[in-house]
Amino acid sequence: MWIETVVFYFFATLTVLSAISVITMRNPVHAALFLVLTFFSTAFLWMLLEAEFLAITLVLVYVGAVMVLFLFVVMMLDINIAVLREGFIKFLPVGIALALVMFGLIYYALSGDQFSLQAMADPPPKAADYSNTKALGAVLYTDYVFAFEVAAVILLVAIIAAIALTMRKRPETKYQNPSDQIRVKKQDRLRVIKMEAEKE
Amino acid sequence: MMETLLPYMSWLPAELQYLVVTLIKIVAIVIPLFIIVAYYTYAERKVIGYMQIRVGPNRVGPKGLFQPFADMFKLMFKEIVVPTNANIYLFIIAPVLAFAPAMAAWAVIPFNDTLVFSDINAGLLYILAMTSLGVYGVIIAGWASNSKYALLGAMRSAAQIVAYEIAMGFALVGVLMASGSLNLGDIVDAQRGDWSNWFFIPLLPLFLVYFIAGVAETNRAPFDVAEGESEIVAGFHVEYSGMTFAVFFLAEYANMILISMLTALMFLGGWLSPWPELLPDSIFWLFFKTGIFMLLFLWFRATFPRYRYDQIMRLGWKVLLPVTIVWLVVEGVMVYYQVGPWAA
Repeated sequence: MWIETVVFYFFATLTVLSAISVITMRNPVHAALFLVLTFFSTAFLWMLLEAEFLAITLVLVYVGAVMVLFLFVVMMLDINIAVLREGFIKFLPVGIALALVMFGLIYYALSGDQFSLQAMADPPPKAADYSNTKALGAVLYTDYVFAFEVAAVILLVAIIAAIALTMRKRPETKYQNPSDQIRVKKQDRLRVIKMEAEKE
Repeated sequence: MMETLLPYMSWLPAELQYLVVTLIKIVAIVIPLFIIVAYYTYAERKVIGYMQIRVGPNRVGPKGLFQPFADMFKLMFKEIVVPTNANIYLFIIAPVLAFAPAMAAWAVIPFNDTLVFSDINAGLLYILAMTSLGVYGVIIAGWASNSKYALLGAMRSAAQIVAYEIAMGFALVGVLMASGSLNLGDIVDAQRGDWSNWFFIPLLPLFLVYFIAGVAETNRAPFDVAEGESEIVAGFHVEYSGMTFAVFFLAEYANMILISMLTALMFLGGWLSPWPELLPDSIFWLFFKTGIFMLLFLWFRATFPRYRYDQIMRLGWKVLLPVTIVWLVVEGVMVYYQVGPWAA
């Protein structure tokens, strides 16, 4: 299918270019938007792999929620790029070393006998009514339920920790209590007085 | 229907034939949608007018029926003003980013048993993903305008949509549990029988949460703080004019119709007839049910004052979300003991 090949190379190029733009853009908002584009084109690549559940979840979770909050924060803060770039030369050797290690790992994994093209032949395409949402759910809640629950608990711990770190009682902060405001009745606030009409 | 066209295209290669048929199907969905959007704006002004004892637009054409076209031509010929120091690329892309997901979501909507553009398994997830993308148009518009009011509107909208999306997603989990499928056609099929089989009865709290969250997601009154004309002028689209403004408008109304139709499909049995012995199932039932929710959108706007921003967040996180979670547990128990619609 030449259409699939064209679509693959189009989105693969888009992914790589937008990923490069994420780290080269000077404006953090532009960088975050390019990260959105990277996620989005990656989702298309996953869709080509017939992993529609993962592809849609990537868009739903990362593009639809995580990156929205990211942009929210980035737009609020006035990030000074000059300060961010100060340590560039200092940390360059570490960065290059890390990049080499990453490249080596990926090269090793893809060329070894585990995941090479010879070891992993193309799986036969599934029928159109095959639901990989159902298949994924069945595996996730049976064979891997322990790992799944551990991951869930770790996430919960992270949420509680983040809230605990940011929840500080500050006496000077004024805030409203909406449930008190809603509970207020007319009798608490309003007094109707009968009085004579005043005449000149 | 499409097969009748095929003999006329036999001179084209097979792949191009498929492309042409697909394009015709897209046009067959999008053009009626545009016309409905145009007349929905007219209906909004008329309905709210009558609710406030006014007559609404009545100058262009009989009873003002050509008003949408007058508005459309006006917007088409107005100048697009780009604010100073605005980011022009993002400023122009933003309305497109609001509009594209609003259209793309229609791809998986079934109109009856057979009439569906793309009958995919993960339809419900796809809808959730597409509706969650619409917020980018708002955020980017607010940021690229280089205006304080627009940025405030964008910030409000981002926080609001993330909050209500969670409640909305949980409400859809309830639908998924009840029907056992993510395919919208199968969800409607699971409600077959008379009106007592429709999901709005066992899932009543989720039905209400879904529609309320839907109103919040489309930035409509009483949750329209992203526009909030009394506080922040017009929020994220304060700097937009002409066609760019019209595209935002189009996206908002298309989303309202989408939410109405999804509510009808998932909770009110879509194209199923309430009394199958008396009246046959038909696409008109779907349009009728959708119309009820479309009217509700307008009714809300005429009736309720705008929520205060912190109370919107409170409603989303502290009321709607707990309601959905509790009802999912209740539903789980009902499924386990085979109560109500799950009786084997």
